[in-house]
Amino acid sequence: MKSIDHNLVQKKMGSRLLRNKMAKLLFMLATLFGLLVLIVLIYRVIRDGAAWIDFDFINNKLSTDPERAGIMGAILGTFWLMLVVAPVTMILGIGTAIYLEEYAKKGKLQTIIQTNISNLAGVPSVVFGLLGLTVFVRGMDLGNIVLAGGLTMALLVLPVVVVAAQEAIRAVPGFLREASYGMGATKWQTIKNVVLPASLPGILTGTILALSRAIGETAPLVVIGIPALLIPLPDGIFDKFTILPVQIYYWTLDSALVAEYTNLAAATIVILLVVLFLMNSVAIFIRNKFQQRY
Amino acid sequence: MSVLAKNKGFQVVTSMEEAKNPMSSKKIVYDTKDLNLWYGEDHALKNINLSIYENEVTAIIGPSGCGKSTYIKTLNRMVELIPVVRISGEIMYRERNILDHSFKVEDLRTRVGMVFQKPNPFPKSIYENVAYGPKIHGIRDKKTLDEIVEKSLKGAAIWDEVKDRLNENAYGLSGGQQQRLCIARALAIEPDVILMDEPTSALDPISTLKVEELVQELKKDFSIIIVTHNMQQAARISDKTAFFLSGEVVEFGKTDQIFSTPFDKRTEDYITGRFG
Repeated sequence: MKSIDHNLVQKKMGSRLLRNKMAKLLFMLATLFGLLVLIVLIYRVIRDGAAWIDFDFINNKLSTDPERAGIMGAILGTFWLMLVVAPVTMILGIGTAIYLEEYAKKGKLQTIIQTNISNLAGVPSVVFGLLGLTVFVRGMDLGNIVLAGGLTMALLVLPVVVVAAQEAIRAVPGFLREASYGMGATKWQTIKNVVLPASLPGILTGTILALSRAIGETAPLVVIGIPALLIPLPDGIFDKFTILPVQIYYWTLDSALVAEYTNLAAATIVILLVVLFLMNSVAIFIRNKFQQRY
Repeated sequence: MSVLAKNKGFQVVTSMEEAKNPMSSKKIVYDTKDLNLWYGEDHALKNINLSIYENEVTAIIGPSGCGKSTYIKTLNRMVELIPVVRISGEIMYRERNILDHSFKVEDLRTRVGMVFQKPNPFPKSIYENVAYGPKIHGIRDKKTLDEIVEKSLKGAAIWDEVKDRLNENAYGLSGGQQQRLCIARALAIEPDVILMDEPTSALDPISTLKVEELVQELKKDFSIIIVTHNMQQAARISDKTAFFLSGEVVEFGKTDQIFSTPFDKRTEDYITGRFG
């Protein structure tokens, strides 16, 4: 006597397969929902903004006249901001990751630091804005210049870079370290010659993704007091500045006063999305191209 | 005259040592005394006493988990990479205790090269792999490096196969070639001893044969300690054999004797394939 009755199994097969199909449909809908919203958003910003994008829009300074207003100031501001954020996060982030992965003794202290870094990644960005305002803008008396904004933004994305770098370093197989130690290399020689070269693609990918998050952040810079006024184009990291998402924010805020601001905001969103898309493509390219298969 | 006298004096001392030690005229490289090692609570090596002589191949055999890999990794203190390890006893290398922390591991590993179970070249060019050791020890001169690379690759019997592609990535080589490259890389630090931790277990029979022949060549210039799973291999290539079981040395002696007339019943059972 078999415990599985094949006739019964056959009878119930239809409903089992049906439920499987329903599950598939449900999960597909969940996936499509996000995509659909994104498509609607992209469609709307392109409809509202595409016609406004031309050379003048990119090349002009900010103006109260919508016909003459451009985003050169915000583009330069974003550029200078990244010039501060990128090196600061890379140096601090990679340094922290190397310390935690290679040097720190596995123990209580290391666990506490690790947990706090993960917690830091979850702190709302507006809180980092307050931190930047207190420490850099007022504490160090820098004022609301690129350097202060950049340091604030660097702290914001630092936990992401640290975690990405840690994962990349951890992915370097132990046998490569053993080979190096086995020849009498010191820890630092091993890190410099073996671990970092092997983990660099992963670290770079993580850093670029973190930077593309920084480019889109608005709240911290609004908190440290980016001027909504017409300011001269920034020439360096000690100038006052604005950036693309803040520009979008102020235009959207004032769109009740001037209807065309909606279009300007939409056009700026298109530009911002293009920049983000390019950065993410570079990150994916680096990951695929330099990924080492051991 | 004085030089001669000195030489003579040296000769006398050597022959006195020979007199004291009739078993071998060779010098001891590694003298292990009452070595105990724990991984946390696990007592992995128990009262190991072993003398390893220069210009010999010493094979370490035994079933999985017997401590043979742990022992060889203690000889260059690689075992310390595991954080929960505790060690007691002495390992005298050329009459200095390597477990004494004034003996820097970097210094020790410059004298004692290691070849691992799985070929582990760096994802760098063949040249850079071999030049790695000399470079970290401060050799910058291109000509000197070239010479070391060529000499080491010849020493590992792989020069003819790779001389035209030194700048290609080492990952393009076959498994057997990679392992011989790793041996060349170990030779490049001009070591005194070469430790081999099951160096052929990931290789096909032909590559294994090449590595075995190489070991025979290398023992003229180096002392070799090889851990192996393969008893025929131990019988073929080694001068001395140590049989490990559950963290203890059951028997240590001339390979011929161990494989023909073992003293211990357990050794006999193991080499005749009754367990392990």
